[in-house]
Amino acid sequence: MLPPSFIELKDVYKKFYIYNKEFEVLKGINLEIQKGDIFGIVGFSGAGKSTLIRCINRLEIISSGTIRIGKYEINKLSKKELSLYRQKIGIIFQHFNLLDSRTVFGNVAFPLEVAKKSKKEIQERVSEILELVDIADKKDFYPGQLSGGQKQRAGIARALANNPDILLSDEATSALDPVSQLSVLDLLKDINKKLGLTIILITHSLDVIRHACNNMAVLENGIIVEKGSVKEIFVNPKSDTAKVFIKINTDLSISKYVEGDVI
Amino acid sequence: MTDLLLKAFTKEVWDIIIPAIWETVYMTIVSTTITTFFGLLFGIVLLITDKHGLHPIPLFNKVFGSIINAVLSLPSMVVIILALPIAKLIVGITYGPKACIISLTVVCIPIFSRLVENSILEVSKGKIEAAKAMGASNIDIIFKVMLPEALPTLIRNFVVLTITLISITAIAGSFGAGGLGDIAVRYGYHRFRSDILIAAVLVLLVSVNLLQLFGALLARKILKKRHLI
Ligand SMILES: Nc1ncnc2c1ncn2[C@@H]1O[C@H](COP(=O)(O)OP(=O)(O)OP(=O)(O)O)[C@@H](O)[C@H]1O
Ligand SMILES: [Mg+2]
Repeated sequence: MLPPSFIELKDVYKKFYIYNKEFEVLKGINLEIQKGDIFGIVGFSGAGKSTLIRCINRLEIISSGTIRIGKYEINKLSKKELSLYRQKIGIIFQHFNLLDSRTVFGNVAFPLEVAKKSKKEIQERVSEILELVDIADKKDFYPGQLSGGQKQRAGIARALANNPDILLSDEATSALDPVSQLSVLDLLKDINKKLGLTIILITHSLDVIRHACNNMAVLENGIIVEKGSVKEIFVNPKSDTAKVFIKINTDLSISKYVEGDVI
Repeated sequence: MTDLLLKAFTKEVWDIIIPAIWETVYMTIVSTTITTFFGLLFGIVLLITDKHGLHPIPLFNKVFGSIINAVLSLPSMVVIILALPIAKLIVGITYGPKACIISLTVVCIPIFSRLVENSILEVSKGKIEAAKAMGASNIDIIFKVMLPEALPTLIRNFVVLTITLISITAIAGSFGAGGLGDIAVRYGYHRFRSDILIAAVLVLLVSVNLLQLFGALLARKILKKRHLI
């Protein structure tokens, strides 16, 4: 359905209107993400990261500019095309958003039902993907019976169920303990390598970026202030946000913390 | 007083009460079924045509919402009278159980529509958004997300509806609809037959409480199964 994913954002603006007052959240985003990238986006709270990925699957409609995936301009898709397009973009939410009325199995089956797969296909695919994210034993549990990390795995399984071309992840690993976080990141890397899945990772953690991403962008107040390979930016950060992030990160990781003199 | 209570359990009284029970049961079941159907339909329509709904049609939503509100704001008695011409149109007569059922549904559909709307509004925006993001159609979202997620609240509100219907049959009773309410008014009030009044009230009390209990248990059971309580 989707051509080779190549994500391109050109002069993307997003404004919100609250009581006729205008809030510009994205201010001319230009971004290119290659097929097979694991692309990290960092930035302070409120920088517009979530809004940015919500524009990519058109949960938000951009005010101006263009977003292209392959040869498709997503704001020109018809309703039908949009549905098919979204079926091929998995998204993992920070707050899981699992359905309480369905078991883990039912939740992971949801995108497959939407894609009108047969019962047999659904059965097979769900079992396979639950195995992959290591919660096969929780198949018949309801979300109310799962820990945060297990819910996140179920969310990841759901996002991957329909073999998406692109995976959007909004702080998907922040609910996990460090060990699970690593194993989920490794899982994503693995799928990326095997299937060429393109991944966009939003995170506050530079560890996550360093561990998983090849390219990254730094978002500051709705503007991309820096983008490039992870290596480049870590070695030679140019923007204030990147510098602060990297400084705090290294300071914390070597525990340079003197009593009464907090950084 | 005990005398009166005892008299309320004599055969003579129950020969009058039992047919009335069946009339009430019949009217309640039929009108509940019709009201449930239209209430769900209208509630969902109200919800999705809202400015922020799945399929916004703001102008239609305003008009439709105002009509519902208008019917809601009138006393049940007035609505029943106003609904009589509709009853005539549909069943040909303006009295008796069939006409009464029509009036009852006209009173209760707006109530249930709002109850349905509010129940579904409680489903978190995030869940609906997640379904959208997976490419779900509006129909998918209604039937696979909204209704199943809201089910426990819907059941509770369904019980509220049934109880409201039972109590309104009493008012409609005055229009020759029959049923327990009719008996209570006709014998108890007009003919000072307190024994019959007491028997009718007892039956109403017990059935309403049983319904309430049953609904609460069912809702609890679902919540328990989902491990939400
Ligand atoms: N629906 C909306 N209406 C109005 N303003 C919004 C809306 N959604 C987001 N915003 C605003 O846009 C800005 C960016 O929000 P966004 O959620 O994209 O930030 P973020 O970078 O993801 O932050 P965080 O790291 O805390 O998740 C915020 O100032 C927020 O108030
Ligand atoms: Mg966010």
